[in-house]
Amino acid sequence: MSTRRDTDIDSIEGADTVRVLVGKPGLDGHDRGAKVVARAFRDAGFEVIYSGLRNSPEAIVQTAIQEDVDVVGLSILSGAHDTLVPKTMELLEDAGMTDVLFLVGGTIPDADAKELREQGVDRVFGPDTDINDIVDYVRREVLE
Amino acid sequence: MSKEQERDTEDVEGENSVEGIPGEPEGFYDPGGDGMYDEERFEQFREDRQRWEEETLEPWLENHPEREERFESLSGYERKRLYTPEDVEDLDYEEDLGWPGEPPFTRGAYPTMYRGRRWTRRQIAGFETAEETNERYKYLLDQGQTGLSTDFDHPTLTGYDSDDDHSEGEVGRIGVAIDTLADFEDLFEDIPLDEVSTSMTINSPAPIMLAFYVALADERGVDREKLRGTIQNSIFKEFIAQKTYALPPRPNIEIVKDVIEFCTEEVPNWYWANVSGYHTREAGATAAQEAAFTLAQGMGYVECGLERGLDPDDFAPRMSFFYVSQSDFFEEIAKFRAVRRIWARVMNERYDAESDAARRMRYHVQTAGESLTAKEPMVNIVRTTTQALAAVLGGCQSLHTNGYDEALSIPSEDAMRLALRTQQVLGYETGIADSIDPLGGSYQVEAMTSEMEERVLDYLADVEELGEGSMKEGMLRGIETGYFEQEIVDSSYEWEQRRAAGEIKKVGVNCFQQDDTDEEVDLFTADPATEQRQLDRLATVKDERDEEAVEAALAGLQQAVDEGENIMPHLVEAAKAYATEGEMMGILREKYGTYDDPGVF
Repeated sequence: MSTRRDTDIDSIEGADTVRVLVGKPGLDGHDRGAKVVARAFRDAGFEVIYSGLRNSPEAIVQTAIQEDVDVVGLSILSGAHDTLVPKTMELLEDAGMTDVLFLVGGTIPDADAKELREQGVDRVFGPDTDINDIVDYVRREVLE
Repeated sequence: MSKEQERDTEDVEGENSVEGIPGEPEGFYDPGGDGMYDEERFEQFREDRQRWEEETLEPWLENHPEREERFESLSGYERKRLYTPEDVEDLDYEEDLGWPGEPPFTRGAYPTMYRGRRWTRRQIAGFETAEETNERYKYLLDQGQTGLSTDFDHPTLTGYDSDDDHSEGEVGRIGVAIDTLADFEDLFEDIPLDEVSTSMTINSPAPIMLAFYVALADERGVDREKLRGTIQNSIFKEFIAQKTYALPPRPNIEIVKDVIEFCTEEVPNWYWANVSGYHTREAGATAAQEAAFTLAQGMGYVECGLERGLDPDDFAPRMSFFYVSQSDFFEEIAKFRAVRRIWARVMNERYDAESDAARRMRYHVQTAGESLTAKEPMVNIVRTTTQALAAVLGGCQSLHTNGYDEALSIPSEDAMRLALRTQQVLGYETGIADSIDPLGGSYQVEAMTSEMEERVLDYLADVEELGEGSMKEGMLRGIETGYFEQEIVDSSYEWEQRRAAGEIKKVGVNCFQQDDTDEEVDLFTADPATEQRQLDRLATVKDERDEEAVEAALAGLQQAVDEGENIMPHLVEAAKAYATEGEMMGILREKYGTYDDPGVF
């Protein structure tokens, strides 16, 4: 790792009380984004749980319950978001986890992102997103 | 006749060697030289360079500072201000560059390169069901495409049938859905298998797709020896980057050996592996990591063939490679030239391959999906064009240019047409295809090629050490210990931070941003009815097939697996009986288990 930059992610006060699940549902193997975001969360001081690959929505929600997370972020680059996201959301609701901050990232066309938000996703992060913006968003929503 | 035409005519007659311009005309200046590399002249050159720095450069810099303290390539390597003969002082023309079509192939894999035949414009296609993809194939062939290339959906890539629980919501999404030979019959309808070459981007289930293709050829009476094409079958990179694995690494490597053996003996013109760096780079690796890990994998596969007692001069000519062309123009060209050189050396020095065919690295290039932006998508055409230009100047054998909409979706037909047109403009309008290795001899390109070679050799030494001398073992242990993933994830995080800091520029994203530039582009929309159509199709095939024949064929496969025989002939028999991909993979999964990604971040 080279020199530190001003924009490098600083540890946030109180972040260690926040538990974040980064999940990869479905068969999609594109994990670069999920890992970069997970690492940025870790650098910010959050407790990060990364699901690994090939999880069913059921398995992700199970982990969310067991780990008692505050944030669930799903990364999907396979186009299957319209099936996997509603399913996960439904299972979270069934489990009574309505307070979690629910985020989705990946190759999500604008029209689909709008629809997901209407269904209750708190925020959709598309391609080109700056990692600092994601960390900052979670900080604001959970810690402020 | 113009002066230029006069000269050209003389050229044709062969009289215009450097010394031999008739009558030594008193021109603007004498183009002939004594060469830069005799000691005395070189010393003089060095002094002159120092003089330039002191007298011209430094005073200039005082008033005109440069844009950066340190200029870095996309991979983070230092880029010098100016490259001169000093940077290529150690380069030996014969040894390090040589001649096109001869080892070490730095100047090109073939003696005439694109003067004989331009690169293959091979646009990948695959979506929804075999019928829709077949239509796209015919469209692309009509547009002048010269080879077919197939993308499969996630269930097919990971060895599940469309009606498996794992497949819900994924059928036909990112590629075509394949379950049985019946889907291949539709996929290649009206396409003569002995005339096209077909590339299939699939890995763990690659032997099954090859079995479908061979079964289809047998069914149509096409001689297996006439089949031309490639299965990716590049399983190592599934575990370190692409992550569409299906079986654990070690048993999967045994199956790769079966494929090498079967192809070498039965389908001799088929490329049994397309050793892929593309996904490693897209996962965040640097250029040197992409090149090194790919070469290490290639060496691992060569060792697989050797372990089956095959002669590298027989099987190595039928492996090809696959790289990305990213946005850093010269870094990519240097990478392409360096990997050819390294492979030629390694094949000879390490594996005793003697033929040029076994030492010649041939590769496919795809422009970088990773570099494309969701903002102002039409600008992606420009990015893709420069990347394609680098691929061609680097000497690729075939090329896929991405659609401008790929940061958002799989490409629309319009996006694919423009992508193909991009290649055609480069190939037919610019003249870049008319001389071989046009950048060879550039101080910068040669110096960067040698630097890339050194960086790659460093990594290769690491992998060799991990494997205690065996590259195959080094790959396996590097996967098992998370070495590769850690290397890549570190690079990708570093890259992301450089981008966030604006050190890596993205026009329209972190510089020159504009509001209200939401260009409306028509995206490819997945047909929600696809999944059901494919499920119906699969149900019909299952209904109509001869169950006894399926059971007998699968029993044959089971026996081959249990007794450690080559599974390929049994897969072909199972394909002919219309056994499904999932049924065949099921037997392998039952025997070998599955794989859990360690999830290093």
